[in-house]
Amino acid sequence: MASRPRTLYEKIWDAHLVESRPDGTAILYIDRHLIHEVTSPQAFDGLRAAGRPVRRPDLTLAVPDHNLPTTPRLDAAGRLLPIADAESAAQLAALEQNTADFGIRYIPATAREQGIVHVVGPEQGFSLPGATIVCGDSHTSAHGGIGALAFGIGTSEVEHVLATQTLQLRPSRTMAVEVAGALGPGVTPKDLVLHIIGVLGTAGGTGHVIEFRGPVFEAMSVEGRLTVCNMSIEAGARAGLIAPDETVFAWLKGRPYAPQGDEWDRAMAWWRTLASDRGAQFDAVVRIDAATVEPTVTWGTSPEDVAPITGTVPDPARFADPAKQEAARKSLDYMGLAPGTPLAAIPVENVFIGSCTNSRIEDFRAAAAILRGRHKAANVRWAIAVPGSGLVKAQAEAEGLDAIFTAAGFEWREPGCSACLAMNPDKVPPGERCASTSNRNFVGRQGPGARTHLMSPAMAAAAAVTGRLTDVRELTG
Amino acid sequence: MQPVSTIAGRAIPFGRKNVDTDVIIPAHWLKTTSREGLGRGAFESVRAEPGNVFDDPAYAGAPILIAGDNFGCGSSREHAAWALLDMGVRAVIAPSFSDIFSGNAFKNGILAVELPQDQVDRLLAVAATDPVYIDLAEQTVTTPFQDRFTFAIDPFRKHCLLEGLDEIGLTLASAEAIGAYEQRQAAQMPWLAQGTERAA
Repeated sequence: MASRPRTLYEKIWDAHLVESRPDGTAILYIDRHLIHEVTSPQAFDGLRAAGRPVRRPDLTLAVPDHNLPTTPRLDAAGRLLPIADAESAAQLAALEQNTADFGIRYIPATAREQGIVHVVGPEQGFSLPGATIVCGDSHTSAHGGIGALAFGIGTSEVEHVLATQTLQLRPSRTMAVEVAGALGPGVTPKDLVLHIIGVLGTAGGTGHVIEFRGPVFEAMSVEGRLTVCNMSIEAGARAGLIAPDETVFAWLKGRPYAPQGDEWDRAMAWWRTLASDRGAQFDAVVRIDAATVEPTVTWGTSPEDVAPITGTVPDPARFADPAKQEAARKSLDYMGLAPGTPLAAIPVENVFIGSCTNSRIEDFRAAAAILRGRHKAANVRWAIAVPGSGLVKAQAEAEGLDAIFTAAGFEWREPGCSACLAMNPDKVPPGERCASTSNRNFVGRQGPGARTHLMSPAMAAAAAVTGRLTDVRELTG
Repeated sequence: MQPVSTIAGRAIPFGRKNVDTDVIIPAHWLKTTSREGLGRGAFESVRAEPGNVFDDPAYAGAPILIAGDNFGCGSSREHAAWALLDMGVRAVIAPSFSDIFSGNAFKNGILAVELPQDQVDRLLAVAATDPVYIDLAEQTVTTPFQDRFTFAIDPFRKHCLLEGLDEIGLTLASAEAIGAYEQRQAAQMPWLAQGTERAA
């Protein structure tokens, strides 16, 4: 039987199918399970209560990230300093204990390899093309940047994967986001993905896995691809995918958990088949012209509330949908913004460069290129740069980037989720604005009452220099 | 999981669109190792608004929540489902749900009922004064005013909810098939079958 053309998603799905049921549900095998301290303790408790072991501890990797303070964490002897917040300390201790009890590899907070789970997975070569990867965190979609089928799960599913190394799923619908042309100067993968979310809306991808296609992605670095796929979830998509290619293979080769020798060659042979077939049908296709994408920021409290930095705060009355009008009014009230205000006139008191979206080496290089020889504006009270892992931090320091950040008035921090989500000490005060490279501008996301504007690392650096949202192209000439 | 069949009572007429899980339960409540007690933090930012529905005594302990499109978007935190349960919510009615939230709700025995916006609008009006009834077996939402709306639900999820089945137990019944898959994978894609054992 001639096989029908398949999408990349269908190929990975088919390769992991354990069992299909007549009602359409399937048992899908999970190759890689990443866990962190916040969404796993209740799953381990569930295993204990039912007397169940972890089926494949060797396919599971644990690292703390959400709760860890990003201030200096080691004493002179290299031991972890006590964590002041008792609940955070207990949650972190539970991860260490649970992984020890169940025989799971644990990267401690004291290790150079520690970092944000979605930075660590690819960096260690634990995340691989064509693999199914899950984690109790919605930004697991990031790993799609290396061509893995990766998605976030809830704690009950974490327990399910620990116990069975599988999930019960129905196939998702497929969506192709086809981007034609090339990105202009000063326009980065972050601007592109913010633009795409603006086009799709936060529910536009619900029920779908998005494959990002076109020359822009073929020319994009692995770091950029991870950024784009990371934010697929902000368009409601379960996962984002980019077909793996030589750029990805070269990036992965030699990483600690990546295959070696003959196995590497066998893996490569399969990875090279991982692209959607000519003629494969997607359930939805969205076309975007890269030339129309400008440096992009958010103005509201949903990641779909985007506008080019050259634009103005929109007038809620001009949205067609009455519900969107009401939502926009509430957003602007929360954000303290008036319709018609030029985005480039909005002052910021805080700048955050970090998070699983933008904390890889390329992000710090891009920000440092803007900050070199400059200093943050007087009205910028707090500016922090938070590497995504200890290895990113070490690399940045080897390149002298840390000195550029500190000379510019930034704090250079230890790796972790930091000010992305206000569950560790890094928070934005109520009523203050933050130019942030993170992924969510939800109400209260960076702290109660905090006002978030999402943007690229270069744009965040530009905002730090001028003290207001700024078109980075003004500083690069 | 406790079996679910009918849910009847007051319905909180929230109605808002794009309610993200940071709104349902902010991150600072996530520093717990338990599933219990999260109701105290539920909708914290909404509860700061004067006259909000969550602090209206008419809806104290209401088992149903009515919301707008794309309920539960954002973070995968199952704490959102646990917070709703802790508030006493057993069903959410909305025009659409995020994928991850709808899975989390199901796994905690919370019914995520999808109805078209006009029917949700009608229920929001009814909820201001009267109770709402949900019958899972019949797949209907009814009111004391003869409204009768039918909803779709995945047959597998419906079966699990009605019977109170443990999904892990169900999957473990396929342990042999899982083992066979692992053997095939170890032969055909050994690089995937080796995880943290590879690097020492």
